[in-house]
Amino acid sequence: MLKKRIIPCLDIQDGRAVKGINFLNIRDAGDPVELAKRYADEGADELVFLDITATVENRKTWAALVTQIASVINIPFTVGGGINTLDDARALILAGADKISINSSAVKNPALIGEISAEFGNQCVVVAIDAKKIALDWFVFVHGGKTATGLEVVSWAKRVEELGAGEILLTSMNNDGTKNGFALELTEAVCHAVNIPVIASGGAGTMAHFSDVFSQTASSAALAASIFHFSEISIPELKTYLKTKNIAIR
Amino acid sequence: MIAIIQYNAGNSTSVTNALMRLGADVVVTANEATIRKAEKVIFPGVGEASSAMHYLRERNLDRLIQTLTQPVLGICLGQQLMCNFSEEGQVDCLGIFDTQVKKFAPKERVPHVGWNSLSTRSGTLLEGVSADDDVYFVHSYYAACCVHTIAVCDYILPFSAAMQKDNFYATQFHPEKSGLVGEKILRNFLIL
Repeated sequence: MLKKRIIPCLDIQDGRAVKGINFLNIRDAGDPVELAKRYADEGADELVFLDITATVENRKTWAALVTQIASVINIPFTVGGGINTLDDARALILAGADKISINSSAVKNPALIGEISAEFGNQCVVVAIDAKKIALDWFVFVHGGKTATGLEVVSWAKRVEELGAGEILLTSMNNDGTKNGFALELTEAVCHAVNIPVIASGGAGTMAHFSDVFSQTASSAALAASIFHFSEISIPELKTYLKTKNIAIR
Repeated sequence: MIAIIQYNAGNSTSVTNALMRLGADVVVTANEATIRKAEKVIFPGVGEASSAMHYLRERNLDRLIQTLTQPVLGICLGQQLMCNFSEEGQVDCLGIFDTQVKKFAPKERVPHVGWNSLSTRSGTLLEGVSADDDVYFVHSYYAACCVHTIAVCDYILPFSAAMQKDNFYATQFHPEKSGLVGEKILRNFLIL
């Protein structure tokens, strides 16, 4: 049986793992390679690394860090942040990344999804969607959540699937960093609209939040950062808990 | 020495890393002489079947792979290319395994991404792997079960998770990304 995945996410700034609340108040969370190794050893099913301050200048440093991570860990990992062109994606895949996550650049240039997918297969292309609820509707935000796009989340999710995305990483900005649980309705709405795997993200605070997102939505994976970095929840403990809730877990 | 075949669909970095972690001496190459004299050969693959086959044919790598006599391990697209035919780009493949590669019907989410178990397992490649172990899959096409299937995975339907014919071995899953279980399988291959 296909297992639900637990994915620690590492936001990277200047070569360090960091974590903010509601996309602000950045705190240092450690050495990314060390954290990656620890998570892989503890049973993480996959890892995501997002370069949150991606600039042209640090692109080489970033590729070097990806190479270092790839040499150490024996599970799949995704990298994102500052990938604007097929060349950017290619450099990170050749450095050892299994998947590429694109967000703002997919909104700006939707054809990029198809370009990466055509060269490396759609399994390589994760489209990250940062969603914010305004009144009753969820909208797509870009540039680290700073810029409104006017795109409605569910229709954008369907569009990225059509364009060749292999997975959707769906983050609720309203929930992110709050530790109040995942955005269940939003997650289920997106899962229902597409036939590619959806990774739920934003809001994990307790082990019950993970069991809620897996039992109340069709999400394939759940992603979290701070609760793992600051050892509030350990991955082995979380996995044991989810098994007792009859959720298929590795 | 282990030769990893270099071509346009080979995501060889992760395979190289995994083998190096196991202490193997690895070279990534498209050179016929180097590949022929390697102790073992790995045929990785991430990409699209018809363009990969086209690339292999243009460089005569198709004939080379078919005529290798040392243990060969195809991974993911590598396994698919070792079959007779793939629906991905409607292309004739290497014809080592007597089966066809088809696209998953969208009855569940496609691609099949994540950790899944092997409902049946046999052969030395998978020695020590149990029904409780999971390995990492990521694919939209699958090799239909046939006489060469040595492990079955169930997703949408039972399909070939691993195959073997004589010196040719293959896995649909990624042993290089499958944690400790994957390391066990790669080690089994190294000591064949």
